[in-house]
Amino acid sequence: MDLLDQLADTFFNWEEMAKVIPALLAVGLPNTLILAVASGIFGSLLGLGLAMMGISRNAGARWAARIYTDIFRGLPAILVILVIGIGLSPIAREITGSRNPYPLGILALTLIAAAYIGEIFRSGIQSVEKGQLEASRALGFSYGSSMRLVVVPQGIRRVLPALVNQFISLLKDSSLVFMLGLAASDREIFRIGNDAMANTGNLSPLVAAGVLYLILTVPLTHFVNFIDNRLRTGKPEKKEPDELAAPIGKGAQA
Amino acid sequence: MTEFASGTLTGKNLHLSFGHNHVLRGIDLHVEKGTTASVIGPSGSGKSTLLRVMNRLIEPDQGDILLDGRSVLKDNPDELRQRIGMVFQQFNLFPHKTVADNVSLALRKLRKLSKDQARAEALEQLDLVGLKHKADSRPANLSGGQQQRVAIARALAMKPEVMFFDEATSALDPELVKGVLALMTDLAKGGMTMVVVTHEMGFSRNVSDTVTFMDAGVVVESGPPEQLFTEPRTDRLKGFLSDVL
Repeated sequence: MDLLDQLADTFFNWEEMAKVIPALLAVGLPNTLILAVASGIFGSLLGLGLAMMGISRNAGARWAARIYTDIFRGLPAILVILVIGIGLSPIAREITGSRNPYPLGILALTLIAAAYIGEIFRSGIQSVEKGQLEASRALGFSYGSSMRLVVVPQGIRRVLPALVNQFISLLKDSSLVFMLGLAASDREIFRIGNDAMANTGNLSPLVAAGVLYLILTVPLTHFVNFIDNRLRTGKPEKKEPDELAAPIGKGAQA
Repeated sequence: MTEFASGTLTGKNLHLSFGHNHVLRGIDLHVEKGTTASVIGPSGSGKSTLLRVMNRLIEPDQGDILLDGRSVLKDNPDELRQRIGMVFQQFNLFPHKTVADNVSLALRKLRKLSKDQARAEALEQLDLVGLKHKADSRPANLSGGQQQRVAIARALAMKPEVMFFDEATSALDPELVKGVLALMTDLAKGGMTMVVVTHEMGFSRNVSDTVTFMDAGVVVESGPPEQLFTEPRTDRLKGFLSDVL
């Protein structure tokens, strides 16, 4: 029983958890959300640009998008975060006058997210039937307006589940920013749990951090399933028969 | 329906190739203002491609396109297409927009009408095709026949000078075909200039003013419907008619 008690104390020491929870909620949670949401938004904008380049008729644009995507999808996230966070810090200091690595963390996460989101957008846009672009152009819309008003909105709708999955990924990957050495007030969930663990020698703060991640990600996963279903089957709405079908239907055909 | 701003459309010696595939081999098609020209022929003869070339969805390799006697090849193709409405086999309504928004989109963005004006105009067009009560439905909740009538309203809303129909009834269930054909007949009788690519020989014979029979990228025969349907001169047209009638 000693061993079990010891295990319980290592993982579920309520006192240690209670001590770290205020910081997790007050500091870690907002920072994790800022990192994930900011890089999610910037990554989506950059990703949309990459997607448009990826389906462009201009071979140069297609190649540029391809190379970008291959590089940032092919590298481990932690490597990109370190290289960008450390490598660009002199330039960032020059421009902003700040040594804070936080914005560079967002930049690195954005660059990684854009590569994935760009591919998600591209597949969504390419899945829209060719007739949609054709119908829009036949009305007199330019290629750009047709994409903006007709094709891209439909493409994005179809890949919403994949986008939410990507956001879940970002929430988790935002923890890697701890490598850049953040100020106490800039620490995200993982770093706070990790620091508390290092100080106490007890794993419970990390377990608490893990639970907080799950509270964020599990509902999102189920939200994905919900919208996935909704997109597949549509909002339930009753389909009425064509009122003209009856009078000119079977009887009239004979 | 008589207030159409109809125009006269002419295609001259139109050529188009996709790689080694010579799809159009010198097509001439003249549609007098206010008349209906139907284009018939076997699948793969280039009929649908001809429509797309004549509104410059696809640029011809050679030849000329005239609207009211003036070449439009140097114009901005987007502006040309605002003057030519097009209805597709697969309807191609925008599924993410309501029926009314499908019709009003181009009015707002291209004609620069206000939201209210565009909606009023859209409702008027929907009324003409008998679907005003579906204005706030999504296309997916309409039958094929209703969707095609909305597509016609969407094209008409731009007050086109010419209307193209690309096998507009081919994807419809048999009992829904008549409603769409009746609407097309109304338009033709109302003085709209129309080019109708169709497999509906009844429509071609009874409604259109001229019939053009295409095969393998050339016009084989062309003339008034009575002549083509009752005394076809070529074996190719005779064979085609005996296959479809």
